[in-house]
Amino acid sequence: MNYFRRIGQLRANPNSSASRNLKQRLGFSFLFVMAILTVTPIFAIVIYILFKGLPAISWTFLTAFPTDGVKAGGIFPAIIGTFYLTIGTAIFSVPLGIGAAIYLSEYAPDSRWTRMIRIAIINLAGIPSVVYGLFGLGIFVIFLRFGTSILAGSLTLSIMTLPVIISTAEEALRAVPQSFRVVSISVGATRWQTIRRIVLPQSLPGIMTGVILGLERAAGETAPILFTAASFFLPRLPNSPLSPTMALPYHLFVISTQVPGMPVKIQYGTALVLIAFVLGMNLIATTIRSRARAHRQW
Amino acid sequence: MIKIQVEHLNLQYSDGKESLRDINMDIAANQITVVFGPAGGGKSSLLRVFNRLNDLADVKLISGKVILDDIDILDPRIDVTALRRKVGMVFARPVVLPMSIRSNLTYGLEISGEKRESELTEAVERSLRLSALWEEVKDRLNEPAVSLSGGQQQRLCLARSLVLKPEVILLDEPTSGLDPISTGKVEATLQELKEQYTIVLVPHSVQQAARVADSAAFFLQGELIEQGPGKELFIKPNDKRTEDYIMGRFG
Amino acid sequence: MRNKWTEFALNWLIKISGYSAIIFVGLIFFFLLREGLPTLGEVSIRNLLSPRWYPIEGYFGLLPLIGGSLLVTIGAALFSIPIGLCTAVFIAEVAPRWAREVLKPLVEILGGVPSVVLGFLGILILAPFLRRFLDIPTGLTALTGSILLGAIAVPTIVTVAEDALDSVPRSYRDASLALGATEWQTIWRVTLPAARSGVITAIMLGIGRAIGETMAVMMVTGNAPVLPVKLSSFFSPVRTMTATIAAEMGEVAKNSTHYHVLFFIGLVLFIISLGINIAASTAALRQRQRSERILS
Repeated sequence: MNYFRRIGQLRANPNSSASRNLKQRLGFSFLFVMAILTVTPIFAIVIYILFKGLPAISWTFLTAFPTDGVKAGGIFPAIIGTFYLTIGTAIFSVPLGIGAAIYLSEYAPDSRWTRMIRIAIINLAGIPSVVYGLFGLGIFVIFLRFGTSILAGSLTLSIMTLPVIISTAEEALRAVPQSFRVVSISVGATRWQTIRRIVLPQSLPGIMTGVILGLERAAGETAPILFTAASFFLPRLPNSPLSPTMALPYHLFVISTQVPGMPVKIQYGTALVLIAFVLGMNLIATTIRSRARAHRQW
Repeated sequence: MIKIQVEHLNLQYSDGKESLRDINMDIAANQITVVFGPAGGGKSSLLRVFNRLNDLADVKLISGKVILDDIDILDPRIDVTALRRKVGMVFARPVVLPMSIRSNLTYGLEISGEKRESELTEAVERSLRLSALWEEVKDRLNEPAVSLSGGQQQRLCLARSLVLKPEVILLDEPTSGLDPISTGKVEATLQELKEQYTIVLVPHSVQQAARVADSAAFFLQGELIEQGPGKELFIKPNDKRTEDYIMGRFG
Repeated sequence: MRNKWTEFALNWLIKISGYSAIIFVGLIFFFLLREGLPTLGEVSIRNLLSPRWYPIEGYFGLLPLIGGSLLVTIGAALFSIPIGLCTAVFIAEVAPRWAREVLKPLVEILGGVPSVVLGFLGILILAPFLRRFLDIPTGLTALTGSILLGAIAVPTIVTVAEDALDSVPRSYRDASLALGATEWQTIWRVTLPAARSGVITAIMLGIGRAIGETMAVMMVTGNAPVLPVKLSSFFSPVRTMTATIAAEMGEVAKNSTHYHVLFFIGLVLFIISLGINIAASTAALRQRQRSERILS
């Protein structure tokens, strides 16, 4: 009864304090529902995959090669492949990305060229992953003749990961108080000495967080490696950077769309391993970030 | 003996703030020269010319000569890092580097190439004694410098500038954040230091200026109004503007 | 003591790293042009603009693909913008501190889930569900793709919009509350308008992600290159530009016309994302300039 009286009140006097408060409470509840709608899928996804994929996980699954086509056995080569690709991506993108971040934070003047660099970075961040795949195919696989290889895949993924690393690294560098740099210069240090001894060490946790988050994305991407590195079934592990490789995301894609009669359990198991890999990296990054914040000396 | 000679110094920043106009002055060796005046007068800018720290800022125009021991330090060809080791600076708010107390002090030596442990240790003790901090921290040299109190941090910054055996020490309102006791300790230390060093100080109050100055220079809106021996300037200044400021009629 | 030459070399390396972003964008553009432009010589414009995409028989009509991308993206926008914005408002303005610390990482995690996993779940769960629920012949439709894309775009929208709302100065909120407005009114009349550019940026970046998404859409939209003209097309299969490239690149002969057309599609995608990103960053730049002017 009370409820209808309040709605009536709202209609009669929409600006009264009571009706505004009611509107607010309804509104907040609505927002709350929306937020739950956003967040619930995460739980649902992780728990569901865990639930359906765990039965497939065994020591064999993680360390053996696929058998019976790919319908049984393990996914070891895919795991190793993703591992290699991630390391390869790190080798190229981390030095380049940190170098670019140092340039933007410590050296770059406020000029048109610097603005163009920033626009370029934003653009790199927005390019569809499949276009990266095309680019990688055109330049690394074909033009530079690397063929379908870990090298081509890593290079492609590196360029894709570059914007993430650059922006988080730059933010970490800028967070270091300017006063440190001034003090360092005032006792006779050069700019590079200041960077090497003070700025870089202090911003390292933030940089590492960004690097790990970037690599986590690279590990989960399929489109860039579709034409540049990935192969569906290889009887042996890749023995050089110029060999093609299997990879977890690509493997999951194929077994869920192109293998008739594929046991569902293995599909979920593969998805679980991939998610565990990605979320594990996420966890490491977040831990580094919060521990660094606690131990900061400024 | 004259340590620094400033001749027709002009300085302008791109944003037009804190300029200096045609400054001519002498800084005597082994004395405390105080540069005082209201905000925006150019005092900090002047100090930063002496160690070329304003190279970091947006300087539109700088002309004139600043001669330290027969060398014009404004000459683009000189080795700026060597200059900064010769001319040390202490800032208004104590800025300790995010390292241990000891590392804060050895930083300046390490970047100039000094690696010998013995030299570093000796320098740490010497500079801490000079800035009257040795007794308080000698047992915790490896603790983070941020664990010190404000006054201690400022004296640490003073010690840091002494480690490199400079000839000139610049201090820009070094006691502005400190309590009276710490302020007194710093001022006493400066009196002892002046026997070996040339000190240029921007005070944070006229009273401090009067307490410590051997020579005082009054700056107003980028111009040097007058300069004279401390005892005389504060009792009987020549220029009315100086007198008005000292009396607190403006500022 | 580092000698002058090391310092010089290091400075140069850093400078080159800085400019590398520009170099890469240029390279990508160049290669897309190199392999894609020959299309204009090999395929007539009329062909490209026809509604038939059937490469085996020489039909290279791009319209169904563009239509597919558009349909799925619009659908994703319809889902993700309201949900994303409301969530962002909730996190930034309504939720208590402890809830924020929980929600923000969760949204980040959702953003980190690989799209192939979402596509996988889409095939196994979402598609059959929609098929039964809506009583349609197949669950692999534009709608399915829109839902997944919405899920992919939401984290981006939430993160960027929440940041924008968070950087609205407290003083705006305080002033509004001091005039007697409720928090709800303050949010919608003061805070959100103040963060308008940042929110628009968030939406554009989210849409950008949706347009560029490949794997999830490829797995669930059914891959039928049919020009979507009616509303009911939402409930039937379509094909996006991205899925086309991914699906067909593996099978084309190098330097064939088909090969060139696929690169051409890539070029179109590149230009679209360029446009969106430039627009989004100009909006963000204007926001920063405006707030700098207001706060100075």
